[in-house]
Amino acid sequence: MTALTLFEKIWRAHEVVPETADTPAVLYIDLHLVHEVTSPQAFAVLRERAIPVRRPERTLATLDHSTPTDPQQVFGGVPIRLEAAARQVAELERNAAEFSIELLGLSDARRGIVHVIGPELGATQPGMTIVCGDSHTSTHGAFGTLAFGIGTTEVGHVLATQCLLQRKPKTLAVEIDGRLASGVSAKDLVLAVIGEIGVAGGAGHVIEYHGAAIRALSMDERMTVCNMSIEAGARAGMIAPDETTFEYLRDRPRAPKGSEWERAVGNWLKLPSDAGATFDRTVTLDASRIEPMITYGTNPGMVAPISGRIPERGDEAFDKALRYMGFAPGEALAGKPVNVVFIGSCTNSRLSDLRTAAGLLRGRRIARGVRMLVVPGSQQVKRAAEAEGLHEVFAAAGAEWRESGCSMCIGMNGDTAAAGQYVVSTSNRNFEGRQGQGTRTLLAGPATAAAAAITGRLTDPRELMTEGEARWP
Amino acid sequence: MNPVRQVRSRTVVLPATDVDTDQIIPARFLTTTSRDGLGRALFADWRFDANGRPRPEFALNRPEAGGCEILVAGRNFGCGSSREHAPWALCDFGIRAVISTSIADIFSSNALKNGLLPVRVDAATHTWLLANPGVEIEIDLESRTLTLPDGKRVPFPIEPFARHCLLNGVDQLGYLLSQRPAIDAFEEHRAR
Repeated sequence: MTALTLFEKIWRAHEVVPETADTPAVLYIDLHLVHEVTSPQAFAVLRERAIPVRRPERTLATLDHSTPTDPQQVFGGVPIRLEAAARQVAELERNAAEFSIELLGLSDARRGIVHVIGPELGATQPGMTIVCGDSHTSTHGAFGTLAFGIGTTEVGHVLATQCLLQRKPKTLAVEIDGRLASGVSAKDLVLAVIGEIGVAGGAGHVIEYHGAAIRALSMDERMTVCNMSIEAGARAGMIAPDETTFEYLRDRPRAPKGSEWERAVGNWLKLPSDAGATFDRTVTLDASRIEPMITYGTNPGMVAPISGRIPERGDEAFDKALRYMGFAPGEALAGKPVNVVFIGSCTNSRLSDLRTAAGLLRGRRIARGVRMLVVPGSQQVKRAAEAEGLHEVFAAAGAEWRESGCSMCIGMNGDTAAAGQYVVSTSNRNFEGRQGQGTRTLLAGPATAAAAAITGRLTDPRELMTEGEARWP
Repeated sequence: MNPVRQVRSRTVVLPATDVDTDQIIPARFLTTTSRDGLGRALFADWRFDANGRPRPEFALNRPEAGGCEILVAGRNFGCGSSREHAPWALCDFGIRAVISTSIADIFSSNALKNGLLPVRVDAATHTWLLANPGVEIEIDLESRTLTLPDGKRVPFPIEPFARHCLLNGVDQLGYLLSQRPAIDAFEEHRAR
């Protein structure tokens, strides 16, 4: 029998109609996640053409992108300040009701960033196909799913037919051998991968990450890695399910229970790529050589170790990026001043990320003049963090503690920085103006972000860690 | 959808590489619930300064860019966010084709569903087009060729089904809905 990759196994199991030279495959979608920003126009098409949602039970909606993180606006003490956001929230509430879709609404205790709540609820399960009108849907690949972002027209296709027309992508194996050094995070790992293969390095491909360093990662860390696959241009990122995956999912509200759980695990164990399965391309990295990373430019591929320097020269895009960032070629990164620190987003807003940041901030204060925003990935993460007293650590350090949402990662809800400000952010994109017009984003992991908040400058977080803290996570 | 067969126009050139969809349409314009009227937000932070005044040096603001329907862009155009607002904004502005050496996957897929042609050409043709803004060229979808001013024809690849849909004005949702018997059978088979 042919040796198959994880990707090929999932693809084949979801082919309603295989692709031909003339027509793409009709691919079945197990779980469709919906949010307020990329869905209104899709529902409008269904309404216009009087088409129902084919599988409401395979559709889960939440509010995250344009929603406020201010408690009063979330829980109704005051109205949502941004009128357009209020309109999108109302529109999704109306659409969910009309099309019988479950919506984890603004005040729902399970609401959160769409890519945080899917796994948290156990809705994300190995072997599934998962889509959402959001490019960071690749996050769910951490569970051994084929998960990718789609446009709004395709959101309509899935609502109407539970299927998508897709050409089979190529496969790229990213093999990470060795072990991450202490004080080096999954975010540093994936930034190093993007630095290596470039922002278009994964174009047309689905990445499967494997190797000893990947197997050693927790689910939170695997999600961080798969989340950033799109920043390498890849269609999706995947990691084969294993005991770490099953331990995470066991007893989650939507995970199978009892004998169904046993049967599911039996099926999931068949998913990993077969020995001898071939990939279209393979890239190998040594984890032990990776250091805490930070971006210096205007795409995630413009990245360097924080202890290092900005390259001496590059192409026109490099020159343009440095002009935007106000940096010069060859400058040292450590020591550069910072105005704002953001801990949050579908990349790094889970409990372990907040623990890491709080670990550095405990007993310390953020530097004078620095603004720090900590936005948990979901209401459940928020409650879990509060049960451990992390919110008090953040408050005592001088940081703002908010309700969950995408917040300053995309800056649609009013959580933005000012033009010219340097923002060290645990999010996924450092594009021009991403966190507000004229803002300058530097992407990093939670420890590096917290260290920058404490010193007010770019700082290697290992300098602030004791021997115990530097052991990861 | 209206059929798309040919685009004949002068080009407007944006040589920047890795142009992400946050530049094509910044996130603050995504708070709309409609797909219309987004042309005003196209490249908003590159076209306008902080006071909303047009930046005269930006390619799309130059008088000769008026009426151009073909955008020639640097490699990896449309990377980043999956927002379909990016092709909506380009279409609303009047752009009907984007030419580059590489165009990001999700953007390409979204563009094709809105009658916007993603045209990938070889490096030599691309370099020539970048160096010669404003030339009149023709993109022919039927023959999958781009014709340069000197009459030279350059082939480009395009997904056959998307091409068929564009040429014949076929609606992809309609096609998917026609697959209902196969989808029913797939669901029944899985439930067993």
